[in-house]
Amino acid sequence: MKILVVDDFSTMRRIVKNLLRDLGFTNTQEADDGLTALPMLQSGDFDFLVTDWNMPGMTGLDLLKHVRADDKLKTLPVLMVTAEAKRDQIVAAAQAGVNGYVVKPFTAAVLKEKIDKIFERVEG
Amino acid sequence: MAELHMDSQAPSFQQEIKELAEDLLRKIEDGDLGKVVGVVNSINEVRDRTLYDEIGKLTRGLHEAIKNITTGDELSEDSGMGQASDKLSYVIKMTDKAANKTMDLVEEGMPLNSEILDGAADLHEQWQKFLRKELKPNEFRDLTKSIDSYLLQTQINSKKISSNLSGILMAQDFQDLTGQVINRVTKLVTEVETRLVDLVAMAGEVDRITGITHAEPSQNDIPQEDSKKIAPEGPQIDTSLEGVVDGQDDVDDLLSSLGF
Repeated sequence: MKILVVDDFSTMRRIVKNLLRDLGFTNTQEADDGLTALPMLQSGDFDFLVTDWNMPGMTGLDLLKHVRADDKLKTLPVLMVTAEAKRDQIVAAAQAGVNGYVVKPFTAAVLKEKIDKIFERVEG
Repeated sequence: MAELHMDSQAPSFQQEIKELAEDLLRKIEDGDLGKVVGVVNSINEVRDRTLYDEIGKLTRGLHEAIKNITTGDELSEDSGMGQASDKLSYVIKMTDKAANKTMDLVEEGMPLNSEILDGAADLHEQWQKFLRKELKPNEFRDLTKSIDSYLLQTQINSKKISSNLSGILMAQDFQDLTGQVINRVTKLVTEVETRLVDLVAMAGEVDRITGITHAEPSQNDIPQEDSKKIAPEGPQIDTSLEGVVDGQDDVDDLLSSLGF
């Protein structure tokens, strides 16, 4: 399972990577915004994308839209981990095709629950 | 602080105009046209003088406001606008350092704790065998050696974990420093706001005296609600606001209502 973690703050990338490692996912890579993440996704064989929303360059929502518009990537499971907490925003993310939405600050248990749920669906 | 508030000349200006107007009426009734023209000139003079005064004050106020915003005289010499962003960068740097320090210490401590846990589980298994009298003499000798080395290793690991926990505690000292910095920046922002409000008041006074009116912004200039794009806004400070979710449970409820 190869996972790409996208966040503009290195500390948050590190926290997410640590939590993923505790959940048994050790093959993770990092990108600091959508612009660097997109070519990595297109050229690498990632199985899962965890992305923040508010980032310079390309936001997480735009990254999600690009992923869904790309024939090769459109089925990639995407989990958004973000501080954006307005109903309109969550609805927009859902409409753009997000698979899960975790609002910051979050706990390890919530992250695990959402990841488990996403893979249950993908595999089921 | 330079006092920017208007020491309003407006009442005396109004009083003067009123008196001159009454004088003007009397002169007209008297039919003394020469004096009528004189009074009209006086009215013009009062208006001009007041206008120049107000524009002078506005200019001075603007100058003071800019000077104070860029140098910040009451927030000590190092608190201008330029330094405010430096200060906030300092906050980011401090919190980043503390977060990384904490994560370093945690990442270092986790395997040490795992070692204690795994060692205890192994020993417990052996010990149960011993209690069930299933251990051969040579296995028992190995067990005593394992216990000895486990007790030693556990002391070493525990000491290291304790020291890391203290380190994590100490890494939280940024809160005090960043708190002070943020308080000062907040004070500066409030100060700037007050000065801008003063400037607006002064400009309003000039408008009032000269009778200048400004066109209301047309409907086209106001962004329409429905054309508003979904843009990131960062954390919501007040989760009681309309349209803001309060935690993960709210997010889950919303998503499940959308069929997730």
